[in-house]
Amino acid sequence: MIAAILAADSGKSSTILASDSGGRGEGYVPPTVEEFFPPPIFEFSFLGLDFEITRITIISWIAVAALIVFFYSAARRARIVPGKLQYAGESAYNLIRDGVGRDVIGKDAKPFIPYLATLFFFILFNNIMGIVPFAQISPSAKIAYPAFMALLTYLLYLGVGIKRHGFFPYFKGLIIVPGVPVYMHVLLIPIEFLSNVIARPFTLAIRLFANMFAGHLLLVVFSLGGAYLLVQPNISVIFSPLAFAVAIAMTFFEILVAALQAYVFTILTAVYLEESVAGGH
Amino acid sequence: MLHVVAELEGNVTAIAYGLSAIGPGIGVGIVWAAYIQATARQPESAGLTRTYAFLGAALSEALALIGFVAPLVLT
Repeated sequence: MIAAILAADSGKSSTILASDSGGRGEGYVPPTVEEFFPPPIFEFSFLGLDFEITRITIISWIAVAALIVFFYSAARRARIVPGKLQYAGESAYNLIRDGVGRDVIGKDAKPFIPYLATLFFFILFNNIMGIVPFAQISPSAKIAYPAFMALLTYLLYLGVGIKRHGFFPYFKGLIIVPGVPVYMHVLLIPIEFLSNVIARPFTLAIRLFANMFAGHLLLVVFSLGGAYLLVQPNISVIFSPLAFAVAIAMTFFEILVAALQAYVFTILTAVYLEESVAGGH
Repeated sequence: MLHVVAELEGNVTAIAYGLSAIGPGIGVGIVWAAYIQATARQPESAGLTRTYAFLGAALSEALALIGFVAPLVLT
């Protein structure tokens, strides 16, 4: 709550345009962050840690179960001439192997492809749960999921870099830009350190989280708005179908966002891994 | 003596995020415009430059993402 004071000079002829806080939001309750904290279904303590199994946890289990069922049944009876399901599974895997792994990392891609493919499909299935009826919230909209995946990626590419090049040469490659005048390092080393060591895992996690979080809230705002307008006694009821139409259009847009964010997360992981393999700058 | 001319009710962090999204919005636009132009001029380079396009977009998007979390952290 703020008061923006726009005129500070003279007292005469200053008009007060203060908005009336009591006059709005009579019946309509806008969605809040509480959306993402559903009540726990059951809770337990393990080793002094409190666990809460909520709706979102169950949705994540369903997504993972669907992922396992799909790939297991695709690979169960692998033949030289693939069937329909095997073909679908193979094309999905090839999308990551060729489009991300081999294109970005190159000839050293082989050990990382299982990680990249798992990451992509885990994020994709979790994101898609944001628009599956009755689930309609993505586990990726909780910061814990993207944060942990970003942490895994961070540790992996740091580990690969240190293993391939040694601790100091690797960090030298990360923060020192070769071929610039010596005095420029005063400016460049802090920038490179911030962007390569600190900002990377942070933005990787926040990008996925923010997209899913905002996408869910967008759907909730338009659906609640449509439902609220529908029960209005006055003329504004005619705007209700418009709000629902936008909610449906946004649902389709969310499919695009879900796939795109999974792809972006995977391709950035691959880019960071490639830099570790090749040795920074 | 200060006189209130206009008052705003609500959350100022929405304005903060709006401001922080201007620069990255322009930046991401430039990155993808350049990628589309490069692909139009030389279609076979699409696969080669796609990685750099994503990397450039991710770098400029980082500022908007920091703007997104700063209000959450600072409240």
